[in-house]
Amino acid sequence: MEEKLLAIADEVIALSASKEQIEVIAVHDQETDIRVYKGELESFTASESQGVGIRVVQDGRQGMAYAGSLDMEILKETLSEARDNATFGTFDEMLQIAEPDDVEPISLDLYNPALKEFATEDKIALARELEEYIMKSDERIVGVESSEYVDSISASAIVTSSGIRRSSYDGGCYIAGSSLASDGKDMQTGFGYSVGRDPAKLEIEKAGSLASERATRMLGAQKASSGRKTVVLDPYVTAQFLGIIGSTFSGESLLKGRSLFADRENEKIAAGILTLIDDPTDPDAFTATEVDGEGLASRRNVLIEQGVLNTFLHNSYTARSMGTQSTGSAVRSYNSSPGVGARALSLVPGTKSQQELIGGIDDGILIQGVSGLHSGVNPVSGDFSAGAEGLLIKKGQLSEPVREITIASTLQRMLLEVQDIGNDLERLPMRASGVSLVVADVTVSGV
Amino acid sequence: MIDKELIENAISEALKTGGDFAEIFVEDKRSSSAYFDDGKVEELTSGRDRGAGIRVVVGETTGFAHTADLSPQGLLDAARSAAAAARSNGGAGSVNELVASSAPSPNPVLVLPETVEKIKKVELLKRADEVARSQSESITQVSARYGDSRRRILVANSEGVYASDDQVRTLFSVACVATGDAGMQTGRESTGRPIGFELFDEYDVEELAETAAQRALTKLNARPAPSGAMPVVIGCGGGGVLFHEACGHGLEADLVKKQASVFAERTGEQVASELVTLIDDGTMAKEWGAFAIDDEGHPAQKNTLIQDGILMDYMWDGLRSRSQGRKSSGNGRRQSYMVLPMVRMTNTYIANGKTDPADIIADTKQGVYVAHLGGGQVNTATGDFVFGMTEAYLIEDGKVTAPIREGNLIGNGPEVLNQIDALGNDFAMGSPGTCGKDGQGVPVGDGTPTLRVQSLTVGGTAA
Repeated sequence: MEEKLLAIADEVIALSASKEQIEVIAVHDQETDIRVYKGELESFTASESQGVGIRVVQDGRQGMAYAGSLDMEILKETLSEARDNATFGTFDEMLQIAEPDDVEPISLDLYNPALKEFATEDKIALARELEEYIMKSDERIVGVESSEYVDSISASAIVTSSGIRRSSYDGGCYIAGSSLASDGKDMQTGFGYSVGRDPAKLEIEKAGSLASERATRMLGAQKASSGRKTVVLDPYVTAQFLGIIGSTFSGESLLKGRSLFADRENEKIAAGILTLIDDPTDPDAFTATEVDGEGLASRRNVLIEQGVLNTFLHNSYTARSMGTQSTGSAVRSYNSSPGVGARALSLVPGTKSQQELIGGIDDGILIQGVSGLHSGVNPVSGDFSAGAEGLLIKKGQLSEPVREITIASTLQRMLLEVQDIGNDLERLPMRASGVSLVVADVTVSGV
Repeated sequence: MIDKELIENAISEALKTGGDFAEIFVEDKRSSSAYFDDGKVEELTSGRDRGAGIRVVVGETTGFAHTADLSPQGLLDAARSAAAAARSNGGAGSVNELVASSAPSPNPVLVLPETVEKIKKVELLKRADEVARSQSESITQVSARYGDSRRRILVANSEGVYASDDQVRTLFSVACVATGDAGMQTGRESTGRPIGFELFDEYDVEELAETAAQRALTKLNARPAPSGAMPVVIGCGGGGVLFHEACGHGLEADLVKKQASVFAERTGEQVASELVTLIDDGTMAKEWGAFAIDDEGHPAQKNTLIQDGILMDYMWDGLRSRSQGRKSSGNGRRQSYMVLPMVRMTNTYIANGKTDPADIIADTKQGVYVAHLGGGQVNTATGDFVFGMTEAYLIEDGKVTAPIREGNLIGNGPEVLNQIDALGNDFAMGSPGTCGKDGQGVPVGDGTPTLRVQSLTVGGTAA
């Protein structure tokens, strides 16, 4: 498939006129989504999709067009549409298609043939076993809202008139279940997952017990009292926050004066124990890929090193505009032009287990879930407020469950108030990995 | 888009091995957008997505496949894949004769966006930028986005449905950053209608730009939001998302069927204050969530979900209604041909009340006035929801006073519905929204008059 996509991209590039720069991204995705409900196969989706995005830069103006097709006739129309769109762009001398740089991609082996060899019936069985595991895990589990198996294989090629010609092929899979628990009065939900690149290695027990425990331990939850507290963020919650913190390191925000951390390079912006890395070359990261959205090699970028701001992230445009080098951080899909973003974030883990972290807290809350983060964070000002649920921590022990509370602070203060980091690094089906995180002085609102 | 005979053949092929139901959904979508940021037209983008999704239902199992290849070969292959995915294994299922049906479009489209010169779209963006910047020197960044789409769909199924729709949508948004001594604040405003370029005869982009800029400027002087439970007054048009989250999702039949909703098995019961009448209406002229037919070929409907506080009915799609032996309520929607339809809202709103909104505020001693809410999220099984305040003020001694910074509100659907103790007579629809569910986004509208919730938890940072 990679060869086919490269050939299609080559064919479009061959149509480029003189003085015109073209970039073609061609993708092909295969996905299986299996859902089981009450032991029966509820739905089975076998999907195959493809698309091509064409970006044209001529005389410092850019235009973009895409089509959900690999048909050459349609792509010729798409190219002329992109050319036409370019004539309306504002002139910007920094606008250029990326040039090859001297960083070679690291071969990551992100596709495991087991993904294709694994029988369909066995995939269905995984979803079924997960549902059964959750159902039987605790007598307070009254239902499993969903139990699913998902896998995807993505091939992509990027070819430019400036000489970039690269492709990637990767695959991943996960199982996820969400449970309903009830004690006769109260109803609570929980979810669990296991991710990987080989279906045979997905862990039903891990996903199932997570889904079960997260729901059952919340039964009978009450509102908490308001005040400033130390919180322990569960790995999944930490990952959600890292995603937002990562966006403040975008060279695009920096270039447009919207970054919280503009002009703070080499300054202390976080607690000394905190090192934040964006490393899409780490094959264990679910979102690892060999090349970025402009076809440049992925690379390991240290954003915060022991509390000190080390680097921002750039694609070729923001780098050129700011007189620096691309960090291989172009993110995009075929229907958009390259933006800038973190691709595989992770904190460097500490040495303590979550239980040990909790053991050191006299009065706090373990936050097991947050909601409304997409609406409650202002990445420009740094203010955030999120709905939260979890368990009170009293004298180093987990205590009663609390719900319908909010936690609020600013991203800036949160980074400085990190007290400790767990050793429980967890891979998730998103652009950040999770780890338990202790943060002091967070405003909790309840009754 | 595709001739009828081929559609019939594809449905027959999908049922050849014994499915109970088969459907083909064909979509041809063209879209264009233009983005203006930092004083520059950054980019115009044009896109085209075309394909068909075929589903086969056998007992409780749905098999689904899709293809971008609309040739006879492509469609028949997809039909066979869907049948195989559904595990059908028997004699041929029956196909009713396809009877073409049509539903009135909720609004005529006067000027197809594809016929409008691109330069006119770009000029709108430039104008919005100029107006926003002219509001104050503190406005340091402005971005504006124009988008239009034309989505033609055709749905046919083994029960004889054969319907099509031509859905045009036009959207415009402005976002501003204001910079002051205490840092940066943002403000945003948007408008969108399921109509063509005539949208801009009705709406001034200048006005949108001014609102977005003022929203950011206001917040420069904002105090941290308070924290804790207190009365919250929500301004007309600015807070329909509250009901979208607090009860709308919980009234979707797919979640109800799995008991994953606090409103399951509660029809006929008092679930809200008597002031509350909640309606979901896909026929509402020119509203963002309106259409002629849903993505299963059913005509859009106006459905009363809660009448004077009593739960009347849920929202239904074809799959869920068929198993109950009833009709769909026209709420079967999908993001594209590549995904299965689900039960989704359209335009969801609280019907008008009787009280003068000024009296509602005057009658509130201490609390928060929310002029505009951002997005939200709900756990339908517990009813717990959150949503963000994007423009809000303190209420002190019955008066709206200082602006407050962003924060979330949190509450529980069933509790909040019962705590609505005042409803204004100033109904208005809100901004166009995109509702996300299970990874699929669809356009939705919402609306509400000014109203008061006795107690909601405000998640600010002030003690």
